[in-house]
Amino acid sequence: MNFAASPVLALTLPIWRSRLLLYVFIACFALLLGRAVYLQGLNNDFLQAKGESRYSRVIEIPANRGRILDRNGEALAISTPVKSIWAIPGEVHTSERQLARLAALLEMSPREIEKRLSDTGGDFVFLKRQIPPEVAERVAGLHIPGLFQNREYRRYYPSGEVTAHVLGFTGADDIGQEGVELAFQDGLAGKPGSRRVIKDRLGQTVEDVESIKAAQDGRDLALALDARIQSLAFSQLKAAVAQHQAKAGAVVVLDVDTGELLALANFPTYNPNNRNKLSGAQLRNRALTDTFEPGSTLKPFTVALALEGGRVRPDSVIQIAPGSLSIGAATIHDAHLERSLTVAQVIQKSSNVGAAKIALSLSAESMWEMFRDVGFGAAPGLGFPGEAGGKLRPYRSWRPIEQATMSYGHGISVSLVQLARAYSVFARDGELVPLSLLRVDIPPAARRVMAPKTAGAVRAMLEMAVNRSGTAPRAQIMGYRVAGKTGTAHKQENGVYATEKYVSSFVGFAPASHPRVVIAVMIDEPSAGRYYGGTVAAPLFAQVMAGALRVLDVPPDGPMQPIELPPEGEEVKESV
Amino acid sequence: MTRLNLLLVAVLTACALGLVTSQHQARKLFGELEQEQERSRQLGVEYGQLQLEASTWAVHARVERIASRQLHMRVPDAKRLQIVGPREVAK
Repeated sequence: MNFAASPVLALTLPIWRSRLLLYVFIACFALLLGRAVYLQGLNNDFLQAKGESRYSRVIEIPANRGRILDRNGEALAISTPVKSIWAIPGEVHTSERQLARLAALLEMSPREIEKRLSDTGGDFVFLKRQIPPEVAERVAGLHIPGLFQNREYRRYYPSGEVTAHVLGFTGADDIGQEGVELAFQDGLAGKPGSRRVIKDRLGQTVEDVESIKAAQDGRDLALALDARIQSLAFSQLKAAVAQHQAKAGAVVVLDVDTGELLALANFPTYNPNNRNKLSGAQLRNRALTDTFEPGSTLKPFTVALALEGGRVRPDSVIQIAPGSLSIGAATIHDAHLERSLTVAQVIQKSSNVGAAKIALSLSAESMWEMFRDVGFGAAPGLGFPGEAGGKLRPYRSWRPIEQATMSYGHGISVSLVQLARAYSVFARDGELVPLSLLRVDIPPAARRVMAPKTAGAVRAMLEMAVNRSGTAPRAQIMGYRVAGKTGTAHKQENGVYATEKYVSSFVGFAPASHPRVVIAVMIDEPSAGRYYGGTVAAPLFAQVMAGALRVLDVPPDGPMQPIELPPEGEEVKESV
Repeated sequence: MTRLNLLLVAVLTACALGLVTSQHQARKLFGELEQEQERSRQLGVEYGQLQLEASTWAVHARVERIASRQLHMRVPDAKRLQIVGPREVAK
């Protein structure tokens, strides 16, 4: 058989068919090549990103919020990491036992958890925020699907209620909401950063690709506060408020040389670590954000103005008899029996008529200027949220009776911090220093508001007010010379003075020979029978001052003799 | 010529193996670095917590309570105090 002659083999196909097929193949390859070039070379971003997402991750670098320290470096507020537990409601499947154990760990009822998981239509719900890391680990150990954890920070305040009003607190997101935490939020807050890394299949980081943003920890903040003085002021204030069954109270301690706020205590207070039940009264920072009519503590400023203008001298005699003074339809009363007092005695015995008479010899404008110069009527500029400026009406609208009452602290309102700062003028020879919440290393420039001689004369009068025949013998401290002034004022309610409600105060400084510390004390509505500044506020002042001088190592400048006190109930009563 | 080629192949293989090992070493070291950094973060957190604990134990009210109740300490009266200033110490 001759295969070669097979007719099948003799069959020839038209040449174009094989050519066509060849071109079709070439076209297909060209298409593939073109697509490959397009994907690999020209438009490769999408695939590159897809590829990278398999192994590269952007991870967040957490940043700490700065600590708040006292002037000696003692920590007053620290952030530590905690966990929050959140869930995707649709994906959570728990057995009864798991749910019960989760509920026990989170200190919630199983029903509450179920409610949270069912009532939102969304795909994110917090089960509990700010739980300790150990608890979070045990929650993770339950292996419940759809349950996730987030790292968060929680702020702790070791000194609790003692420093609550100065420090304020932060919210759940570690952002300042009150006090120093709010005022210095920008500096304290850290800026979290992020970086890109390569992770292997086990989730371990194997390579650092790039740092996208460096994390920046918040800066530590050194306050002017001295934790020892603060603690002392707070505990004494608490005891005094309880003893006098008062509604509230506040203490402010200032450094005379630097204007630093060494302590600021308020009562009632709250525990910043546990803010479940907070009332407005607890939250109020009375020393800074509340104003009150200060009463007699303003008399020294009127007297200083009169001395400055040369209208009186400390030994000028002023007629007090008959113990009252009528101005228009109003009458000012005095509780004293003396017929006449020297200017120094007006301060020592706190005579309203005397102060009013001195005030009426002055122009309203000059009085207004004096009050404004020592810082009344304007916020003290600490940068504290909500600090009050008080009320100082423009002098053009003053009537004579108002000018008279203002001389002894009625018809004008100030905050306790303003009052303490104003007294620093007497303490540092007539200069007003700017206040500071933060530690000051270089004393700031002060502004002169009265002559050193005037300030010295008033200081001598204030020292007399504290001796045995003044209104505040209980402000004395053994070993130190103290100067200060009491204040007792009726409280204003709905525009009328309440007869049975008082604010007792005392402002003073020590040692009088070279003042180092100004302390202002205020007790709101003492209702245990005694309400005079000399009996309610002065002893508190003395206790805090004695402690502060000891803490600051101030050498004694007075005689080491036991303090002489007048018999109970025979103190010089100040006029209210 | 063949000998040179063989040599080059050997060198190339050695280089390639070297690259692989050094890459592996780098990743291992990086992993260690990561771990150490994580540890430093942990220690930082612990430091904060310890500071917190220290401050809590050292709260003045507590110190004072222990000093006066347990140790029966009290503040000496002013008569028995001698305050020495820094200047006097220098003398």
